[in-house]
Amino acid sequence: MALLQIAEPGQSELPHEHKLAVGIDLGTTNSLVATVRSGMAVVLNDEDGRALLPSVVRYTPEGEVVVGIEAQAEQARDPKNTIVSVKRFMGRGLEDIGHVESAPYDFQVAPGMVRLKTRAGVKSPVEVSADILKVLRTRAEAALGGELVGAVITVPAYFDDAQRQATKDAARLAGLNVLRLLNEPTAAAIAYGLDNGSEGIYAVYDLGGGTFDISILRLSKGVFEVMSTGGDSALGGDDFDQRILCWISETAKLAPLAAMDARLLLTKAREAKEYLTGHNEAPITAKLTSGELVNLKLSAEVFNDITQTLVAKTLQPCKKALRDAGLRPTDVKGVVMVGGATRIPAIQKAVGEFFRQEPLTNLDPDKVVAIGAATQANLLAGNRNPGDDWLLLDVIPLSLGLETMGGLTEKVIPRNSTIPVARAQEFTTFKDGQTAMAIHVVQGERELVSDCRSLARFELRGIPPMVAGAPRIRVTFQVDADGLLSVTAREQTSGVEASVAVKPSYGLTDDEITGMLQSSLEHAKDDAFRRALQEARVEADRLLEATEAALKEDPHLLDAGERARVDVALEKLRTVIQGEDRHAINHGMDLLALETNEFAARRMDQSIKRALAGKRVDDVKIGEEE
Amino acid sequence: MDFNADHFTLFGLPRVFNVDLGVLDARFREAQAQVHPDKFADASEADRRLSMQWATRVNEAYQALKKPLPRAQYLLHLAGQDVGAENNTAMPVDFLMEQMEWREAVQEARQAGQVDELEDLHFRLRDQIAERYAELGALFDQQADYPAAADLTRRLMFLEKLQHDIDEALVALEDQ
Repeated sequence: MALLQIAEPGQSELPHEHKLAVGIDLGTTNSLVATVRSGMAVVLNDEDGRALLPSVVRYTPEGEVVVGIEAQAEQARDPKNTIVSVKRFMGRGLEDIGHVESAPYDFQVAPGMVRLKTRAGVKSPVEVSADILKVLRTRAEAALGGELVGAVITVPAYFDDAQRQATKDAARLAGLNVLRLLNEPTAAAIAYGLDNGSEGIYAVYDLGGGTFDISILRLSKGVFEVMSTGGDSALGGDDFDQRILCWISETAKLAPLAAMDARLLLTKAREAKEYLTGHNEAPITAKLTSGELVNLKLSAEVFNDITQTLVAKTLQPCKKALRDAGLRPTDVKGVVMVGGATRIPAIQKAVGEFFRQEPLTNLDPDKVVAIGAATQANLLAGNRNPGDDWLLLDVIPLSLGLETMGGLTEKVIPRNSTIPVARAQEFTTFKDGQTAMAIHVVQGERELVSDCRSLARFELRGIPPMVAGAPRIRVTFQVDADGLLSVTAREQTSGVEASVAVKPSYGLTDDEITGMLQSSLEHAKDDAFRRALQEARVEADRLLEATEAALKEDPHLLDAGERARVDVALEKLRTVIQGEDRHAINHGMDLLALETNEFAARRMDQSIKRALAGKRVDDVKIGEEE
Repeated sequence: MDFNADHFTLFGLPRVFNVDLGVLDARFREAQAQVHPDKFADASEADRRLSMQWATRVNEAYQALKKPLPRAQYLLHLAGQDVGAENNTAMPVDFLMEQMEWREAVQEARQAGQVDELEDLHFRLRDQIAERYAELGALFDQQADYPAAADLTRRLMFLEKLQHDIDEALVALEDQ
């Protein structure tokens, strides 16, 4: 089989006790799923051998949900129903989102989190993210041949509580059991540190499509300890595209852009940015809906010039994170680069100058987070080998505080506290007979409540009526290992448990989630059946095509008897593929595989001999492993 | 491990001010390796809750012992000695005078944008603080003089706050 299905992940024969767990990097631009197979963390490819799933979701006129490269291809034609970079909207209100004017969506203001009006209805960013996660889940289950026990989903370290909760909700909606939300730089450190057996202080510089993180970690034998973290959850590679778009508009003196043109030029801007990684000049040509032609050349020099402030903006958090850890740049032993945007030469140069050393780029910046997440998922699922163990100590990125008199913030849990962490605070009443009081929880470093993110407003009720100052209400803030907050309260003198509405003021209510889950469950059984059948057909088609092509290419490798048996198996598969029986299709594929086994082995032999020096050898090796 | 034990007992350390920080670090990691929620990811809901409480407890104990000022405050608390942070603000006049001079110097340097001057203040204060922690160690571990230790701890609370303000001023100037 090996040579016929080189691009096919195939089915692995796993020992019975091995639990299927995956790591998912839910990125702004691209998403990936990875798992640990035979002790090795590998990224799972789609049917066409692609690892990266563009984080683009399109709701088609036919009522289909298309995710990935096909959706991306339609983004300029159908911008309102094709959602890109949805991660930027997770746990965010309209007022928090930059470049609203150039985003081609019909936004709807909703309490806490913005919604998007599409032809498939009003969508919460959580639902759109869930659609991406569902595709990755299906990919993983097809490749691993079974249901997943759980997944580790990565989030930017600088994500606040609202953004984390939204991510967890999306995973729930996609039917994933979340083993842990893992910070992206920490995941990268696992992938890097376990690979290299590194010890000492490391910095992880993670510039993704829409978020920037810097984490300072202490790596010692078996312990990954995050000392501090910083970043900007609204700064990423997208912003570089945006700068290029502005430059195009100004240079070509364009009128305000229509949604389709904006999307087209953004795509061109991204292509130009990527091209400049290896070239000194990038051509930009586009035909707008008006018929107007854009034909420009962007030099590396101009690009560096217009994005200089963005690069500088990433160094400020680096400084702060080092200060929080009580370290100087020279204390850092290595700087790990994560995220596609770190391929930009000006960024590598700036980071190198800041930390006074060449940054480490030996791991694929697009895959390192997913690899680390898969490694952690494997550990959490209980698959680890004896002696193969490590401990992860992460921190909360932003301080948690309470609103006090005059709209000021009082910090309850300072940033960079190791999680899980809890803090209790006592409150009292300021009026005689007062039975309720309001508590406002915020996250952020600023002094004014209005400058911080509002996480939850809730009321303590049922306080026994007493004179002012007599009740002692103990409110406990608990942050769990996912970095998520929960709040409980109790009146101490009477022992009354004050009722607390802990559900935060943002995002989805439990009822909304339940509703979404139910409606997706109603279709799920049907969907799953049709999907499985469809997948079997696609796979069978590919196998047929590959076999036919191979037979045409190398007929001399089979004798007449062998050829006849292969032909019978081919015919059988062609017949069952027309039917509705998935198992018959699978059986037909197995039969064909059996009959072509020897043929494939001979072909591989021949191909190795022919192309010993080329990359073909690598492909063959991969094929063999499957 | 006993959930309700004091922080020192939790880590199997003697109840002293001059703790061996290397041993503390190692014990903290050993404890987390046993109780951290990552070790219970596939356990029952109840076990996971328990693990979170334990890990929270271990983090709290580590935070309380890692830095000298919280450690001193905790030792006083264990000894039943009121540090008097809230109701006993009456400090000797000469100490308060000294504090005011420091604060004026910090403010002047900040307004004039003198980073060098602020850094000089930072290092001078750091040396002073270190000297006093050495004294404090003797008061706790050799003389067991808790009232005197409480008095010195209270002064150190002022000094640490001052150090914090100097660092904030430095950050503010750097970020400009």
